[in-house]
Amino acid sequence: MSKVLMKGNEAIGEGAIRAGCRHFFGYPITPQSELPHYLAKRMPEVGGVFLQAESETSSINMVYGAAGAGFRTMTSSSSPGLSLMQEGISYLVGAELPCVVVNVMRGGPGLGNIAPAQGDYFQAVKGGGHGDYKLVVLAPASVQEIIDMMQVAFDLADQYRTPVMLVGDGILGQMMEPVELADEVTLPEVPAKPWAASGLKGRKKPNIVNSLYIVPEDCEELNQRLFAKYDVIAAQETRWEEYRLEDAEIVLTGFGTAARIAKSVVDKARSEGIKAGLIRPITLWPFPSEVYAKAAAHANKFLCVEMSMGQMVEDVRLAVNGKKPVHFYGRSGGMVPLAKDVLAEVKKLMAGGE
Amino acid sequence: MAKVIFKRPDSLTDKQFHYCPGCTHGIIHRLVAEVIDEMGLQDDTVGVCPVGCSVFAYDYFNVDMFQASHGRAPAVATGIKRCLPERTVFTYQGDGDLASIGTAEIVHAAARSEKITTIFVNNAVYGMTGGQMAPTTLPGQKTTTSPRGREKELNGLPVRVSEMLATLDGAVYVARVSVHDPKHIVQAKKAIRKAFEIQKAGLGFALVEVLSTCPTNWGLSPKESIKWLAENMIPYYPLGVFKEPAEVK
Repeated sequence: MSKVLMKGNEAIGEGAIRAGCRHFFGYPITPQSELPHYLAKRMPEVGGVFLQAESETSSINMVYGAAGAGFRTMTSSSSPGLSLMQEGISYLVGAELPCVVVNVMRGGPGLGNIAPAQGDYFQAVKGGGHGDYKLVVLAPASVQEIIDMMQVAFDLADQYRTPVMLVGDGILGQMMEPVELADEVTLPEVPAKPWAASGLKGRKKPNIVNSLYIVPEDCEELNQRLFAKYDVIAAQETRWEEYRLEDAEIVLTGFGTAARIAKSVVDKARSEGIKAGLIRPITLWPFPSEVYAKAAAHANKFLCVEMSMGQMVEDVRLAVNGKKPVHFYGRSGGMVPLAKDVLAEVKKLMAGGE
Repeated sequence: MAKVIFKRPDSLTDKQFHYCPGCTHGIIHRLVAEVIDEMGLQDDTVGVCPVGCSVFAYDYFNVDMFQASHGRAPAVATGIKRCLPERTVFTYQGDGDLASIGTAEIVHAAARSEKITTIFVNNAVYGMTGGQMAPTTLPGQKTTTSPRGREKELNGLPVRVSEMLATLDGAVYVARVSVHDPKHIVQAKKAIRKAFEIQKAGLGFALVEVLSTCPTNWGLSPKESIKWLAENMIPYYPLGVFKEPAEVK
């Protein structure tokens, strides 16, 4: 193992290469630019392809082609680019193609700005494109976690034949942290893909990559098959981090950068005698609802911290299901919550005695 | 002993076409399949079909197939070809798909000189959705969304895709053909074959535009449609080879 200093965006790229991804398609957008810069250099070194597409619409459809041909493939963008990709993501889901899509989120709506934000939570976990579907959504909170999670992302995509989304924000993408990297990379084993449309090569029956089910009964069957798969994913792949939760009276929660801020607030609050704890969802879908339900048995209140006007808080409220009050503190449009402001909110809530 | 002198190409399945009577999609499908057969490519060809009348082409071509979202077939084909450079990859697209919603994708696939073959079927109208005006609809042509005939002031004038793409250095072979009579069908097949040969030779992007009929949405009989194509489409969309690399001339 060796320790290197790496930017989050570069870690996404290196993680992808170590996970066996050799085909990247993308379109320039800030604040994820270091990722395509890194892969434009690295991909040819490992015999891979880095291709700059004419738009995000095209990138995601190139991914559709590469994934359907049976290859580990990915694209990445930031918020407005993800809006453009939603049609393609829906097709990838419909055709049950594995791939990884990265969103390094920035301030919105509209052109917004290039500052870090988490306003695409709904888009990521509630569908985003047309039709009934879910994506597996991973939310790392450190550069090390990014690099480890890229492997998980590709593995889950292949195992369940589904697009997997990894969400970060401008801070996670831009900041540098030391990461442990294995010196020798052994390429992971990729499951066989007998469904891939890559030329008959002796096979009798053609493979067809398709999301058209013209007969409603057949299309309903696709939806039911997808949701049966989602049940398995929810049962087996839900991931989260708990921190000082056992005796917590107030439970802070958030994901990604917001969770790091909340975690530091937990320590500060504890040092001032407030029993605070943290739940950090690592998979935003499937959402770790049961952890909240369990915590609601002993905690008095929840505080959801987000870099948005309040999106994940809706899932927290569904999980707590009215048992305890769920409060919200957020900054949006590229503004980042300050630990001191979150701490003040915690103190205010604790003084309120709810 | 009976001798087989005419049969279905191996690269077509035995599934019955859903196309309307007098539509020339069937002829064009057959030409593409014959070329794939004759070049011995059935085993390593991957096709990409569009959204539009030929959306079900994956049921007809007896090769591995993709169904792409509207207009995006050239991007999907790019993804496939960049993973499988040794395979033969083709897109089959109509004029709504390629010349309207998919203009960015076809222009940039050509500009990058992707080593793919595009069969572009131009019948001057949206078929599947009910006969709406296409970018290729002729001036004055009546459609369900140009009920007074296509008006220059309101809708502009048609896009000549082959001429436009031929201006790109990356488009190495561009030809426009028609399938309205046997002589032209023979010429169309030669162009389609050349477009596949160029891909096999690794020379770059090749496109064949095929003028086609739509009796249903033109409101004409199959016989009248053939005549209408010859008399109205060919004058606006002249047949010929617009680009051809020296290697295959």
